[in-house]
Amino acid sequence: MQAYIARRLIALVPTLLFASLIVFVSMRLIPGDVIDLMLAQNDIATTQDRERIEAALGLDQPVLTQYFNWADGVLKGDLGRSLWRNTPVTEDLLVTMPITFELGFLALIVALTVAIPTGIYSAMRQDTMGDYVSRSFSLIMLAVPSFWLGTLVMVFPSVWWRWSPPLEYTPFFEDPIANLSHMIIPAILLGLSMSAVTMRMTRTMMLEVLRQDYVRTARAKGLSENMMVLRHALRNGLIPVVTLIGLQAPLLIGGAVILEQIFVVPGMGQMLLEAVFQRDYPVISGIFLIVGIGVLLINLLVDLSYGFLDPKVRHQ
Amino acid sequence: MSTNALLRLNDLSIVFRTDRGLVRAVDSVTLQVDEGETLAIVGESGSGKSVTALSILQLLGEAGKIDRGQIMFADDDLTTFSESQMRNIRGNRISMIFQEPMTSLNPVIPVGKQVAEPLVLHRDMSWKDALTEAEALLRTVAIPDPRARLDEYPHQLSGGMRQRIMIAMALACQPKLIIADEPTTALDVTVQAQILALLKDLTHATGAALILITHDLGVVARYADRVAVMYAGRIVESASAMDLYAEPRHPYTQGLMSSIPSLDGVAGAELTTIDGQPPDLANLPVGCAFAPRCKYARQACNTTPQLTSITDHHHWACHGYE
Amino acid sequence: MSIEFFVRLWREKRFGAIGGIIFLVFLVCGLFADVIAPYGINDTNLQVRLQSPSWDFLLGTDHLGRDVLSRVLYGAQLSMVVGFLAAGLATVVSIVIGVLSGYFGGKFDMLVQRFVDAWMTFPDLVLLIVVISIVGPGIPQIVIILGFLYGIAGSRIVRGQVVTVRETMYTHAAQSTGASNMRILIRHVLPNVMPVIIVLFTTRVGATILAEAGLSFLGLGVPPPAPTWGSMLSGTGRTYMYLGPWLALAPGLCLTIVVYAINVYGDALRDLLDPRMRGAR
Repeated sequence: MQAYIARRLIALVPTLLFASLIVFVSMRLIPGDVIDLMLAQNDIATTQDRERIEAALGLDQPVLTQYFNWADGVLKGDLGRSLWRNTPVTEDLLVTMPITFELGFLALIVALTVAIPTGIYSAMRQDTMGDYVSRSFSLIMLAVPSFWLGTLVMVFPSVWWRWSPPLEYTPFFEDPIANLSHMIIPAILLGLSMSAVTMRMTRTMMLEVLRQDYVRTARAKGLSENMMVLRHALRNGLIPVVTLIGLQAPLLIGGAVILEQIFVVPGMGQMLLEAVFQRDYPVISGIFLIVGIGVLLINLLVDLSYGFLDPKVRHQ
Repeated sequence: MSTNALLRLNDLSIVFRTDRGLVRAVDSVTLQVDEGETLAIVGESGSGKSVTALSILQLLGEAGKIDRGQIMFADDDLTTFSESQMRNIRGNRISMIFQEPMTSLNPVIPVGKQVAEPLVLHRDMSWKDALTEAEALLRTVAIPDPRARLDEYPHQLSGGMRQRIMIAMALACQPKLIIADEPTTALDVTVQAQILALLKDLTHATGAALILITHDLGVVARYADRVAVMYAGRIVESASAMDLYAEPRHPYTQGLMSSIPSLDGVAGAELTTIDGQPPDLANLPVGCAFAPRCKYARQACNTTPQLTSITDHHHWACHGYE
Repeated sequence: MSIEFFVRLWREKRFGAIGGIIFLVFLVCGLFADVIAPYGINDTNLQVRLQSPSWDFLLGTDHLGRDVLSRVLYGAQLSMVVGFLAAGLATVVSIVIGVLSGYFGGKFDMLVQRFVDAWMTFPDLVLLIVVISIVGPGIPQIVIILGFLYGIAGSRIVRGQVVTVRETMYTHAAQSTGASNMRILIRHVLPNVMPVIIVLFTTRVGATILAEAGLSFLGLGVPPPAPTWGSMLSGTGRTYMYLGPWLALAPGLCLTIVVYAINVYGDALRDLLDPRMRGAR
């Protein structure tokens, strides 16, 4: 098992390197006139300030040095300073990250609660009306843009019932109820769009499992359908679903950006959008990097849990 | 019919819904297994032997339906049983062993639990007691170091050992009847004999009846008391093993017998085969299904031959030949 | 894609066929928006602002008195153009990367795959946002970015198929006859990868349309006053939605229907061409 963990970690390194390269290169691609724009926006006009900005972006040194300086800084937790507010990016991130994390976590719970039982049910009752309904539902969820749903949820209750979803953020530890009642609607919307893919995958996996010989053996031993699914089929069918959840992590973060915007959740997504409109590149690349690392970590966790769930992997 | 009959199949017919329409996989099968007896059902793939076996435990799945006939187990007709009644029978009074031990065992559950499961299910034992019993069962199927094996997973065991696990699982609740569907086909030749011998010993020791489904006539000779030969879903000949080998009557059986290479045959001689192709169950000819391949085929063979007796214990379905 | 194929599609996968037809309808409406639209996209007329749907204005008017139906039709045009171009580019990119990486294998393949791994760890939207923040908005930029984004991600699928084909006997046979790599690629590998490519293209169209809409919604897409469906749901439009809820319905509904239609069509296509792809993203 240790060997397995070690191998996973080592495999992570090249990907991590490439990811950091992508972030770094993206930063370096900022065209010159954009710096002029930044200058104009930030109301500074002197060449000194231009040099200052260039230095802040590290553009005045040879490329390789820049990369190492940057990487070195990152490893020490330094992601630069916001050009707009002149505060360390890391500090700002530490405030917004948990919020987005909370949103994502709630959404994940919603998604799993909806998708997995539906997927299993669909597989067990393949080609019945229930199956078609849930499959159609998930197909629709794949097509509905989350920002449209969010907009509808904002507009129509207000028009019909004079009620609006709460739009003010309260930190969880201050007032859990207020916090949750604010976050719950975007979390549900985000979770629903995630559940579409998860449900389809669960269904496919369970169908695959239900075709296996060991399911027939279980029936031949006298197990009822439900008990057979619970004891025999699920453990096999859910293993790939765990991987899928890992693959969905990027979607979660992407979706969060939009929903944070609509429901005024002050998380990383909002921070990113603000930074884009302000041309605040250190912030942009800081978030970019953190998001990448976050996803890699989630994938690592998923990989490791694989070893936990699947004995074949454990014994390699 | 003798009064010791444990299982009787009367005029059993099974149809399948396929892409090409309704296919009659099993047609008017009448069979009997006595207590403690070993009956072998022999045939090519597609002959209906596996389907017959699966139907006894109602494991046919969505596509297959019992069209006609009865399955009498002791005094009950299993075709009339509800699902929950069948669950009572499965793994308990009738057990089944399948062909592929690797895929027939759940890869993520330790084998000890899998063997113990029928006991927990049918004998209301606690998992702890059931596992102790499972260890004893593993010993009876000659698995070395049973205690350690209990926690292992199927992929850690060899093919032969896995099949032993399947046998242990089937024996757990001491069933009166064990159905073994090609139990050794997926195993090494060297291991095949061991497994069959084991199966035979254990059924003998527990007094259980055994239905052995196989396409291998050699197996039949050594382990079966009686044999039924199936072709295109029908029984074409049934007899005691000795009689069948001494005097195969049906042209198909004769063909099967003669295509086995013999140790005291002439070296370099060609293998005899049965002419023609196996039948397409969706497009069976009118009358005897074997007629297209039979060298004795004549006018009368346009009608389906019924199962008639040659002697008290030897039956066949043929219009006869000179 | 012969006539028989479409007949088969209609008979066996009617649902998917209907999806394809619906998509086609939207495509045609979009392409001929100039002809069909009753009004111009910027015909402001403050006297008729915020009117609910009526015979004059089938989908109502917005806060500037512009006809929603006409704007939606032009929105269709934009979505279709961007969607097809981006999906087309994405498919080309996927083919190039997937074929080269899959066919030549070895260190090159490993390196490329690591890069693709890294690329795919970033959420689509975040990547898009970051790149747009650098190059700025505009149709060509969006098409290129979407194309490369989905192209790199989709290369995985193409590569998988190429690897499968590479391992088959007839590729080996062709190699043993001394055929050049190029020849093998074109005459053997490509035809077998075709089904995958076709399905990939179809699914990418839906994805790019949604992605562009998302970007527009955030204000990072095709710049105003272009009436993309996404931007019609955002920005200044939104405050007026409380007064005119119909404004919230049309663009979103169109998006949903179009994407749903092409997804269903893509599913049916995949089932017919290559059922093994089931479950691939």
